[in-house]
Amino acid sequence: MSAVSHSLEHGHHAHQPSGLMRWITTTNHKDIGSMYLIFSFIMFLSGGVMALTIRAELFAPGLQVVQPEFFNQLTTMHGLVMVFGAIMPAFVGFANWQIPLMIGASDMAFARMNNWSFWLLPPAALLLLGSFFVPGGATAAGWTLYAPLSVQMGMGMDLTIFAVHIMGISSIMGAINIVVTILNMRAPGMTLMKMPLFCWTWLITAYLLIAVMPVLAGAVTMILTDRHFGTSFFNAAGGGDPVLYQHVFWFFGHPEVYIMILPAFGIVSQVIPTFARKPLFGYASMVYATASIAILSFTVWAHHMFTTGLPAAGQLFFMYATMLIAVPTGVKVFNWVATMWRGSMTFETPMLFSVGFLFVFTMGGFTGLICAIAPIDIQLQDTYYVVAHFHYVLVAGSLFALFSGAYYWLPKWTGHMYDEKLGKIHFWCSIVFFNITFFPMHFLGLAGMPRRIPDYNPMFADFNLMASIGAFGFGFSQLIFLAVVVKCIRGGERAAAKPWEGAEGLEWTVPSPAPYHTFEEPPVVK
Amino acid sequence: MRHTTRPAISVAALLAALPASASDARYNLQTPVTGIAEQIHGMHSWMLVICLVIFVGVFGVMFWSVFKHRKSKGAVAAHFHENTTVEIAWTVIPVLILLGMAYPATKTVIAMKDTSNPDITIKATGYQWMWGYDYLKGEGEGVRFFSSMSTPREQIEGGAAKGAHYLLEVDNPVVVPVGKKIRILTTANDVIHAWWVPAFGVKQDAIPGFIRDTWFRADKEGVYRGNCAELCGKEHGFMPIEVRVVSAEQYAAWVAEQKKRMATQAQPAAPQASASTASAG
Amino acid sequence: MSAVLEKYFVPEPSRFPIYGSAALLLIGAGGAMWLNRVGSGPWLVAIGFATLIYMLFGWFGQVVRESETGKYSQQVDKSFRWSMGWFIFSEVMFFAAFFGVLFYVRVLSVPELADGASAMLWDGFEKKWPSAGPYVEEAFTPMGAWGIPAINTLILLSSGATLTWAHWGLLKGARGQLIKGLVLTVLLGVIFLGLQVYEYVHAYDALNLRLTSGIYGSTFFMLTGFHGMHVTIGATMLAVILARSIKGHFTAERHFAFEAVAWYWHFVDVVWLFLFIVVYWL
Ligand code: HEA
Ligand code: HEA
Ligand code: CUA
Ligand SMILES: [Cu+2]
Repeated sequence: MSAVSHSLEHGHHAHQPSGLMRWITTTNHKDIGSMYLIFSFIMFLSGGVMALTIRAELFAPGLQVVQPEFFNQLTTMHGLVMVFGAIMPAFVGFANWQIPLMIGASDMAFARMNNWSFWLLPPAALLLLGSFFVPGGATAAGWTLYAPLSVQMGMGMDLTIFAVHIMGISSIMGAINIVVTILNMRAPGMTLMKMPLFCWTWLITAYLLIAVMPVLAGAVTMILTDRHFGTSFFNAAGGGDPVLYQHVFWFFGHPEVYIMILPAFGIVSQVIPTFARKPLFGYASMVYATASIAILSFTVWAHHMFTTGLPAAGQLFFMYATMLIAVPTGVKVFNWVATMWRGSMTFETPMLFSVGFLFVFTMGGFTGLICAIAPIDIQLQDTYYVVAHFHYVLVAGSLFALFSGAYYWLPKWTGHMYDEKLGKIHFWCSIVFFNITFFPMHFLGLAGMPRRIPDYNPMFADFNLMASIGAFGFGFSQLIFLAVVVKCIRGGERAAAKPWEGAEGLEWTVPSPAPYHTFEEPPVVK
Repeated sequence: MRHTTRPAISVAALLAALPASASDARYNLQTPVTGIAEQIHGMHSWMLVICLVIFVGVFGVMFWSVFKHRKSKGAVAAHFHENTTVEIAWTVIPVLILLGMAYPATKTVIAMKDTSNPDITIKATGYQWMWGYDYLKGEGEGVRFFSSMSTPREQIEGGAAKGAHYLLEVDNPVVVPVGKKIRILTTANDVIHAWWVPAFGVKQDAIPGFIRDTWFRADKEGVYRGNCAELCGKEHGFMPIEVRVVSAEQYAAWVAEQKKRMATQAQPAAPQASASTASAG
Repeated sequence: MSAVLEKYFVPEPSRFPIYGSAALLLIGAGGAMWLNRVGSGPWLVAIGFATLIYMLFGWFGQVVRESETGKYSQQVDKSFRWSMGWFIFSEVMFFAAFFGVLFYVRVLSVPELADGASAMLWDGFEKKWPSAGPYVEEAFTPMGAWGIPAINTLILLSSGATLTWAHWGLLKGARGQLIKGLVLTVLLGVIFLGLQVYEYVHAYDALNLRLTSGIYGSTFFMLTGFHGMHVTIGATMLAVILARSIKGHFTAERHFAFEAVAWYWHFVDVVWLFLFIVVYWL
């Protein structure tokens, strides 16, 4: 504990700028973590407002709210903003706050670069959201930016390309920082196999980021040159191939979806043992399963392309490889259930979100597996079934895990307990409205409703109505979360250093709120 | 925490309703009219059942412990946290289940890809935003026409009541004879589109500058409807596909009529992915 | 280099990152405007680049000062090593994307357009490489391997050798050898770039080979262009290392910056070898 008292004495810094400059110039991982979290929540609300506009248009057949061009812009921006603006930065925010605390490091390995990683995001967001206001509006080619449609787009597409470049730089720097912090700054005695699982999942995620973000940069760069400099990468007349874009994009895109779920697995692996008061079952196999998912994720990209006319051998290869991912993911699910088995469980909000995650994410996993079966996917590709699948894994997966982690560590971050009652209301509203929103989409997709359409045949009316009502309910439920967090920052019952009875790990050995500087001298882990 | 079951039960009930109403297109794939679509339909039901069984098994265990092993019931935490045998078991068993799923899927993939020996070959070209059809081989060779959505604008904007086939009706449907193997070649003129008829189990991207193919053999006469299934710009939601499957005699009559029409009236330029426009895309 | 500190060095708050962000915002917004001929795009891009260069000088200058005043412990040094390694890996993946594209068009899309089912759309298009695809009509002459490219290969390989020789000098404490080696390396890099520029001019003027020459032109210029950009960055960094060496920076034990740039240079070298084989030769 000597490290703790030491850092308390040095709690203030001589040259610390104040006010806004503090946040702009900070090199402190906690400040930067908070900024990431706030930024991502703002982006979540922006993407959510777009989603609600989509759902308002789809409330009933006919065009009522927006015109088709604008609808497509909304769909595209909703996807981009949620993926690159909300989910990914939120996980980086968690990494910033928690990894140094969990491995006993004084800060991130490159504190100044860490600041830049964050401060690249607001400019990227400005370019992305600003593109709504330029001539021609935002890009409307879908978040996948498929060529040649994206080659047809207006200036908004160029802004999006540059935004993607900047976000890519941010992610690569952030990922390198995380890898180096984990590999080089663990406290003495913290061997890799003693590391909390959250750090493991982030270590592996960071590798995925370093490997695939440059590929995305290459893909959008080729679109840029096809648009403006007369190259023919995606144009058959010049010997290129539109499908080539899809290969490059999905080589990034599939690992990307695991980038958005592996840290979620990490959070859940911290929360469930705490509230089951029992160590995580099968720690080693969890690590190996995470690594297997990451490695396999490089071999499955063309499952997004079953309808492009791959040869049979290609379809079969990608189908088998995709199906295999169910095995390590299953291992994780089974290990979590085994952790709960014969525990001594309580259900505070973090645990509710983790259990909710487990239950609903697995449904999304199963629909993913159904999509993986190439012949079935021929029917499902580009329908609302796929929309249902990925919202089950992204919203009930990534987002619920983020909520779980936020409630879990809020006491550590703010020094106050959050309002448990409101937290529980947030959970129940979320899970109920989530299912009302997205469950009917399975039926819509099966029955033949394509995605990315602003209008539909009346036979799809009832389920769309249901989904739209659910979406508004879900959206407004998120304001409860905002209220809980604001309330918790402003005050509330003081949190102990270790507010959760079953919690383990170094972050619980420092006071709550965690002092500005922690572990300036590394703690020793037995 | 008493309420844990509520959403769980309603969700499970909805899931259970799925295979039960297998024939009802509202909850399931559209009623199949080709052998391939039949296979897909069956495979999907099968997979759903397997997934459901696993789901109920896994979450049965989880909810059991959620209810029994809670602190408020006086549960004391056990300390076990490792067991190699079970880890191996829950790795190997899923692999076996997956093998069981992969086997029929493989057979269907190979059947879907077999476009050899068609009776009739039709080229479908995607345009922003309509389809062009070109009967290349077999009975009806030489027939060509464009096909665009025929739903009136007033219905879309709310000025008129919506018809039953709202957004799914076209001016010139594709006509094919029942029971014949039809090979569809797809291509596009500008951006990627996709030719999709759910009841046939057919969906094939139409890629500018490239030819891809797929096939179907419809077992039942009728009108089957689908959509363009790849985002292709602002009217993507408004480029439906309508296929009329008719008897051999009706088909012959239709072909004769088309030939007559084409002889008398100058056809618009043939739907071809002309190089100049493809490069403009 | 003074005593190694116990604590891991955490830098003071810094303004450089926000300058960098502002710079990229200007470049992104200005670039998009420029490409679409809206407003004052080129000016924004120019200001953005100026800011970026200012930021890079300031930031790296500060890092150099921190390093020279002994703020970086062995542990920090190790962090730098890890990070440079993974940064280079990300660059490898960037190039891998473009090499993948080249592989794809040569093995899959061009043959498919010529002999596959899609050939019916492109009458008379023949399978060959180099190819500009079925519809790019202006004839061009592809770039041969055994002229300038072969010379450039030799130049880059020798620059790798001179750099290693400089490193040996540093390790032995032979500063003269270090500086001579670096001068030679930078010179070779500059000659490489000069020849590359000459080659591009030749391609445009004499061979009628352009960025718009179908897929061959696209892959040729993008691959060699991005490589050339990396050579430029590498040569600039080498020049900085040279200047620092002249100032007396680096010791035989502690010279991470030298090594990082050397790794980078070797990486650029290896990329060139692949380029030479698959772009020019085969
Ligand atoms: C967090 C994000 C995330 C995650 C984790 C996943 C996970 C999976 N996804 Fe998903 N997916 C997306 C995000 C994600 N996906 C997105 C965003 C898209 C659409 C992109 C777009 O087009 O815009 C998409 C689309 C998509 C497609 C393409 C659909 C189409 O466009 O036609 C496919 C097809 O194979 C697929 C498959 C899978 C599979 C097999 C998994 C597996 O990882 C799931 C594994 C999990 C389980 C299977 C459940 C738990 C396992 C057990 C309990 C063990 C026992 C089980 C068995 C033996 C069966 N996904
Ligand atoms: C990564 C995560 C993510 C998340 C969290 C979400 C969240 C949601 N998504 Fe989205 N979605 C995607 C990723 C995500 N989505 C992707 C990748 C696509 C594909 C895009 C494409 O096709 O290219 C997609 C596509 C997509 C579609 C299909 C569009 C189409 O095909 O045309 C729909 C339709 O219903 C939809 C709905 C929703 C809804 C209702 C939510 C809800 O969960 C959102 C709830 C949140 C809120 C509603 C915010 C709360 C705010 C308020 C209530 C207002 C308060 C306002 C202020 C204070 C200013 N999404
Ligand atoms: Cu044509 Cu979508
Ligand atoms: Cu995928």
